[in-house]
Amino acid sequence: MSDFVSEFWNFYVVGIVLASVIACGVVLWSQSKVKVAGGKVETTGHVWDETLEEYNNPLPRWWMWLFYITVVFALVYLVLYPGLGRFQGILGWSSVGQYKTEVQKADAQYGPIYDKFAKMSLNEVAGNKEAMEMGKRLFLTYCMQCHGSDARGSKGFPNLTDADWQWGGDHETIKTTIAEGRVAMMPAYGGQPDVIGGEAGAKEVANYVRSLSGLSNDSALAAKGKEKFEKVCVACHGADGKGMTALGAPNLTDKVWLYGSSEATIVETITKGRANRMPAWKEFLGDAKVHILTAYVLSQSGNAGEKK
Amino acid sequence: MTSPLEKVSVSADTKSPAAPAAASETSSRSLYQKHIKIYARPIAGHFNTTRWAMVFLTQAIFYGLCWFDWNGRQAVLFDILNRKFFMFGLVFWPQDVIYLAGLLIVSAYALFLFTAMAGRLFCGYACPQTVYTELFMWIENKIEGDRNARIKLDAQPMSARKLRIKATKFLVWGLLAFWTGFTFVGYFTPIKELAHSLTSFTLGPWEGFWMFFYAGFTLMQAGFLREQVCKYMCPYARFQGVMFDPDTLVVTYDEERGEPRGGRRKGVEPKSQGLGDCVDCGVCVQVCLTGIDIRKGLQYECIGCGLCVDGCNQIMDKMNYPRGLIRYSTEKAVAEHYTRSQMLAHVLRPRVLLYSSILVVIIIAMGWSIATRIPLKVDVLRDRAVLSREAEDGRIENGYILRIINAAEQKRHFEIDVSGIEGAEVAGRRSLEMEPAQVAELTVTVQAPAESLKRGSNQLFFDIKAADDKAVAVHEKTTFLMQ
Repeated sequence: MSDFVSEFWNFYVVGIVLASVIACGVVLWSQSKVKVAGGKVETTGHVWDETLEEYNNPLPRWWMWLFYITVVFALVYLVLYPGLGRFQGILGWSSVGQYKTEVQKADAQYGPIYDKFAKMSLNEVAGNKEAMEMGKRLFLTYCMQCHGSDARGSKGFPNLTDADWQWGGDHETIKTTIAEGRVAMMPAYGGQPDVIGGEAGAKEVANYVRSLSGLSNDSALAAKGKEKFEKVCVACHGADGKGMTALGAPNLTDKVWLYGSSEATIVETITKGRANRMPAWKEFLGDAKVHILTAYVLSQSGNAGEKK
Repeated sequence: MTSPLEKVSVSADTKSPAAPAAASETSSRSLYQKHIKIYARPIAGHFNTTRWAMVFLTQAIFYGLCWFDWNGRQAVLFDILNRKFFMFGLVFWPQDVIYLAGLLIVSAYALFLFTAMAGRLFCGYACPQTVYTELFMWIENKIEGDRNARIKLDAQPMSARKLRIKATKFLVWGLLAFWTGFTFVGYFTPIKELAHSLTSFTLGPWEGFWMFFYAGFTLMQAGFLREQVCKYMCPYARFQGVMFDPDTLVVTYDEERGEPRGGRRKGVEPKSQGLGDCVDCGVCVQVCLTGIDIRKGLQYECIGCGLCVDGCNQIMDKMNYPRGLIRYSTEKAVAEHYTRSQMLAHVLRPRVLLYSSILVVIIIAMGWSIATRIPLKVDVLRDRAVLSREAEDGRIENGYILRIINAAEQKRHFEIDVSGIEGAEVAGRRSLEMEPAQVAELTVTVQAPAESLKRGSNQLFFDIKAADDKAVAVHEKTTFLMQ
C-alpha cells in the first residue's frame, strides 16, 4: 500500500478501520442488556396469524462470545496481515509474494521434467510420447489462437503441417522462429504507379505469379507481368519465384498460399502489401518450453523440417 | 441481534433469570444467558421405538455401506481426487453434476412434503443431529445413570468417583465419535486402505485432519450442543413455520381435555374435582429433548419426536384415562373435534398434492435419465480463432477439438464420423482406442466441398460410436463455417 499520495490518507484509512472494529465491540457490549418492565419475558409485540408471537428470549451466552471473538480475530488479523493503511503486517505476507512462492514451487516440481527434455535433441523429443503430450497442451494454450488446434493455420497464418517453410525449415531455424519471432513485410506497390503500374499492372503481375504455380491465367497479361516481376519482385522472391527464406519471402511456385491464390487476392497483396508478425516466445515461455514446442511442430509436419 | 422466535415459552426447567418482581419498575436484563443443560429422561413407547428403529436403519447404512465392494472397488466411494463418484454400478463424473442438483431438489421437496403432512418428521427421526444425540445420550444414560442420578452427579463437587464416571463417558463418546469420523472419511478414501494406513500410522495429512475434524464435531454436537444446534443454528428450524398449516400433523396437547390441570388420587373422577385429565406430573417436560413444555402450545423448538406422547400415554394408562391427551393431531382437528378419518381426509390438500406431484415427476425424470445414460461423453469445441480455410484442393476446412470421455469401466474402441453436410469427412484419424475412464482430447480437421456449403454457418454433426456396443453412441451438434 505505497500508493497513498500523502501521509494523511494513510492515517485516514487506519482510523476508519480501527474505529469500525472497535465500534462493533462497543455496540455489542452496549446492546447486550435490555430494559424490561415488570420482569416478565416479554414479546417483541409482533403477532402473526392471530396467535403467533415472538418472544424476546435470551440467546445462549456462548453466542455472544462468538461475536466478541470476531472482533478479536479482526484485530489479530490486522496485526498479522496488511490492512492498516501502509502497515504491512508482521508476517510480511503479500499476494505477489504468495504468487512467487507458488511459481517457485511449480518450478521445483516441473523444472526437472522440462530440463530432461531440454537436454535431448529435437528429434528425440519429437519421438517421445510424454513430451509430445506436453507439447500438444502447450500448443493448444499458446499457438492455437493463430495456427488452429490442428496446426493447419488459416488465412494469414501459416500451415505448420506441410513441408513449406517461409523462413526455412531446418530444426534450429524453426526454433529461432518460435523463440525470437518473425516480422514479415510485403511492400505495398499500389501507391507507386511508376513501379508496377497501379491496379492494371498489379493484375498483369498477378497473372504471371499464377502461371508460376500452374494456375489458370491470361497468358497475354502474364507475359507483361513477367517483365515487371523481373524488374521488381525478384529482389525478394528470386528470379525463379522460389522465394528467399532469409527474408521470409514466400515461394510463389508451389500450391501453398498464405493469403489466397485468386487473382483478386494477389492483386490486393501487390497493391496494398501485407504486414505480418510472429510473436517472440522466449521471454515468456523460456527455453525448455520453446524446445518442446519446436519438437511438437516438427512432429506435426511429419518432420518435414529438413526439406525445402 | 436475536433471531425471530416464534411463540416461545420457558418451561419449568428453564427459567430465565427472573428480574425483581417489582412489577411497575423497569429493570435491565441481559440478552444472553448461560446455557441451561437439559437432562432428558429416557422413556419407552411407540415413538421411542420408532426413533430407535430409524437410528438402527440410518446407522447400519452409514457405518456398513462403506465396507461393501463392487467390481473390485468400494461400492460407494466419492473419489474427489480422481473426480469420480461410484455408487454400486453407477459412476458419476463431474459432468453429471445435474444429478446432484436433482438429488438436492428431490431432498428439498421430500422435506417440504413430509413437513406439510406431519411436521418435523426429519428432525425427530432421521436427522444426524437427532440420531447421534440419541446414541450419545444412551451411552450417557448407561454410564452416568438415569435423569436424577445425572442431575445429582453434575451438582456434586469434583471427586474421584465423578472423575472416573466422566472420564469413562468421554472415552466411550470419543471412540464412537472417532469411528464416525473414520467412517465418514472412508466414503472419500477407500476405507480398507484407510484402516490399513491408520493401523500402520501412515495416514495422509488431509485424511487425518478430516477424520479428527469430523470426530470432533460429532463429539461436540451430539455430546454437548445437542438441542442448541436445533434451536440456534439449524436453518430448517427457522423456516419450518412457512411449511406448516392448520392441517399439518404436529404434537398437540389437548388443552380442552387436560385443563385445568392438577394432582389427584388415582380413581377419582376428575370432573368432580373440577379438574381436567392432566395430572401435572411433568413427565412430558422431563422427557423433552429441547426442554419445552408442550402444554403451552406448539413452539418452534419442538422437533416432533413424540417422546412426550409416549410419556403422557404411560401416565394416562396408569390413571386409567384414555390415551392421547398429548398426540399427533392437527390444529383444525383439535379445534373442530375431527374423527381420525376426518383428520386424515384433510391430508390431501393442494399443497401436499403439488409437492408430491413435483417430487414424483423429478424422481421419474432422474430415474429415466440415469437408466438411459450411456458411458460416453463428448464435447465438441470449434476452434474459435480460425474461422475456416481452404485446403490445397479447394475444399473448405474447419478445425475442432473433441473432448471424449470413456466413462465405462472397460476398454473401448471408438469410431469418429461426421454427418449433416453432403460430402463432409474427417481428415486424418477416424478411430480411437481408449482405456477405461480415460479422457482424451483429439484435434480433428473436417473437410467439406465448397459447393455443399452456404456462406456463414452450416450445421454439422459428429457421430462417435463404440465399436463393441451400438447403443453407446453420441450425435453431437456443432457448426461448420465458410467465409
